[in-house]
Formats: sequence, C-alpha cells, structure tokens
Amino acid sequence: MDRVADEALIVLEKVNKWFGPLHVLQDVNLSVARGEVVVVIGPSGSGKSTLCRAINRLEPIDSGTITFDGQPLPAEGRALARLRSEVGMVFQSFNLFAHKTILQNVMLGPVKVRKEKPAAVRDRAMGLLERVGIASQADKYPAQLSGGQQQRVAIARALAMQPKALLFDEPTSALDPEMVGEVLDVMTSLAAEGMTMVVVTHEMGFARHAANRVVFMADGQLVEEAAPAEFFANPKTERARDFLSKILTH
Amino acid sequence: MTEFLRVLTDNWSLFADGFSNTVQLFLYSAVGSLVLGTLLGAFRVSPIPALRWFGATYVNIVRNTPLTLVFAFLVFAVPKLDVNIDYFPSACIALTVYTAAFVCEVVRSGVNTVAPGQAEAARAIGMTFDQVLGQVILPQAVRAMVPPLMSVMIAMLKNTTIAAGFSVLEAGAIPAYMSERGEPQFIVLIWITIGFLILITPLVLLQRSLERKWAVSR
Repeated sequence: MDRVADEALIVLEKVNKWFGPLHVLQDVNLSVARGEVVVVIGPSGSGKSTLCRAINRLEPIDSGTITFDGQPLPAEGRALARLRSEVGMVFQSFNLFAHKTILQNVMLGPVKVRKEKPAAVRDRAMGLLERVGIASQADKYPAQLSGGQQQRVAIARALAMQPKALLFDEPTSALDPEMVGEVLDVMTSLAAEGMTMVVVTHEMGFARHAANRVVFMADGQLVEEAAPAEFFANPKTERARDFLSKILTH
Repeated sequence: MTEFLRVLTDNWSLFADGFSNTVQLFLYSAVGSLVLGTLLGAFRVSPIPALRWFGATYVNIVRNTPLTLVFAFLVFAVPKLDVNIDYFPSACIALTVYTAAFVCEVVRSGVNTVAPGQAEAARAIGMTFDQVLGQVILPQAVRAMVPPLMSVMIAMLKNTTIAAGFSVLEAGAIPAYMSERGEPQFIVLIWITIGFLILITPLVLLQRSLERKWAVSR
C-alpha cells in the first residue's frame, strides 16, 4: 500500500463538491500512478467531467484533498498557475486560442508561462505538430481547421508544456464520427509511451485497448474500478452492468 | 455669407485657443480614462472578490453622478481639503474619473463576448490572471469593444464643454466671450458645431478602420 502511495502522481481523498444542492462528487477517492492511463466512464451527469476538472482546479472542491506529485493543490495565484503548467488539459470543445495561429497556440504556453526562448520553442512546437500530423497547417487559424485537426493541435499545445500528466475531458465527444479515430490514435500512442493520463470518454474501444484501469462513476460516486478486460467482461455492480448493457448493445 | 466668414476670421485666435484646449482636454482624458477604465474592467472580472466589489462600487457611484457634480466636487470641494489643483488639470481629472466608469463597462461587456473556454484553456496551461487577460481575453474582446468605446469617446469629447462652467477656456466657453464682443450668437454656435464635427471625424474614421482590420483576421 505504501509503495503504491509513493508512486502515485495524482491522489484524490474524500473529495466532495456541490453545485448548489446537487452533490456532484461524493467522497471520491482515486489514485493515479505515474505512467498509468485511467479511463473514467459513466452516464451523463455522473460527475466524471467535474472530477477531471477538479484535478487542475478548474473546478474548486468543497472538501477533501487532491495532491499532485506529492504537493496539495494550491488554492490560487502563482503556485496554482505553476501546478497547472505541469498538468496538460484537453477539452471537449478544443478551446484553441481563436486569435492565434496554430503554431502560436502551441508556442504561447512555453514562451509566456515558462519564459523559454521563442526560437527553441518553435522547433519543439513544429516537432509536436509534425507528430500529430498538422505541421502543414501551422500558419492557419483554428477556425480554418476541422474539429479533429483542432483537437490534435490542442493535444500538441498541452504537450508543448512537457506536462507530467494529461487530462482529457471528453476529447472526442464534439467530433464528427470520421474524425474520432485520428484523435484516438494520437492518444493511444501517448499512452503507449508512458504518459500519465486521466481520460473521461465514451469511447469504449479506447478504454479497452489503451487503459490500464477503468473507473466507473454514477451519481457523483466512484462505483467501481478494475482493469478494462475484467470490467467489460465481468462488471461487479448492478449500476455498471446496466450502463454497459445500454451502450454495448448498439 | 461674408458676415458668416467674418465672425470666424475676426475672432480666429479665440476659436483657435478654445478648440486647442478642447483637444488637449480630450487627449489627456482619453488616455487617462482608457487606462483607468481598463484597470477597473480588469477588477470587475478578477477572481478576487474585494477587487470585483471595488470595481462595481466605483461604477455604480461615478456613473450615476451627473458630470457637472463631479466637476463641482473637484473644482470647489477638493480645494477645501487644502489640495490646490489648477482648473485645467481639475477638468482632466473630472473627465477621466467620470468616463472611466463607462470605459470599465465597455471592457467588461467585451470580455463577456469571449467564450469562457478561452480563459479556461489559458488557465490550464498555467497562465496567471494578468496573462489570461492580456494574452488571450482582451485581444479577442477588443473587436467587440471598438464601437461602444468610440461612442464613449465621442460623448467625452462633447462633455469637455462642461469645463467652460468651471473656468476653463475651451470651445464651450466661446459663446460667452463672443456675446460680450457683440457677435451674432447664431453664427457663433454654427461655427462651434462645425468645429466639433471636424474633431469627431477622425474618431469615426478610426473606428471604421479598426473594425475593418479586425474583421479580416478572425
């Protein structure tokens, strides 16, 4: 047990969060080890996005503790900004900076937050765009790209900060079906390289082949967690069986 | 027609002095109110409740006070505190303080036109509040701010005429001098109107060119 705690990069303990009267996170405990890929699934409104966003404090929590790399999350200000620079985040709606080119989007964080030299950052950024297959679009603006391309840029933007972990909040939910694959391919290759990832998704295929662990949430509670093969073959709770029967029969 | 032109040429130095002071009042107060108003706007969207409260209180008090009263406060009340400021700087301060409240609201509404995801993405890569605002939000908010900001600036240019009531010789003070000289008021007022139209034209052209410039790069 202690050994696990030592290796844990992200630890949530007894985390609670209310939206008004709605108890969206109820005593959630979760530990993510370095290099682990955790996929969070569950029905809409189960609190999985809130959980993901709480890890870099885009959603402040009401009680409990969240530690990242041994440090409790700072409340506000520069310390929090520094922590966020070490945790990459990929959003459902991409959120690329609309007034900046693709290359500028990727370079902005390292240059402004880390104060790195633009020339060096440019090379790294172009390398990342190459990797996600968008290098030829570097001088375009986000609105000129397809959703799948924008999301791949968003991943490159997160990687440019050389983060210790990446959070994905339903990264493929806003995409046309034929663009889902290109984004999942990038995510799968990151997982294979040992990036620590927390992925909120409805892509069961990705959960099956890329996750080390599947976490099932319902009604603000972390109901079940298991290795993907075991979870999909043999869910322990009624709630999980019900959820899987609804999504896997189609 | 000769009479019309004569009124201007005979009193040219008075017109020139008046409008030159109007332009100076406008330029100082424009810079002052844009800086102060942007700062107040930043307060209003900041994560710190005390700053938000200060911004909101400032706007509620200053925006709801008649400009004449703001002038009277600076010209008549402040000297009673043994702070002596000349009439011209007093007028600049009054216009700056008053107009900043309107600029603040333009900035705030401009910020609200930017999708919230933009700020979240900026925070997520580790930007501080200043960086989020300066690098991501304001550059995108500016295009929505240009038309209302120009209206505020045009209103301020016309508001400079209130300074005439507080011993500043600007364009609004010209009619009083001219009536002492026995010049026909009707013609005098038409010349002043023409003067303001000439001053406002560059603002309108600036607005058009800024709108055109930012419309393309979207």
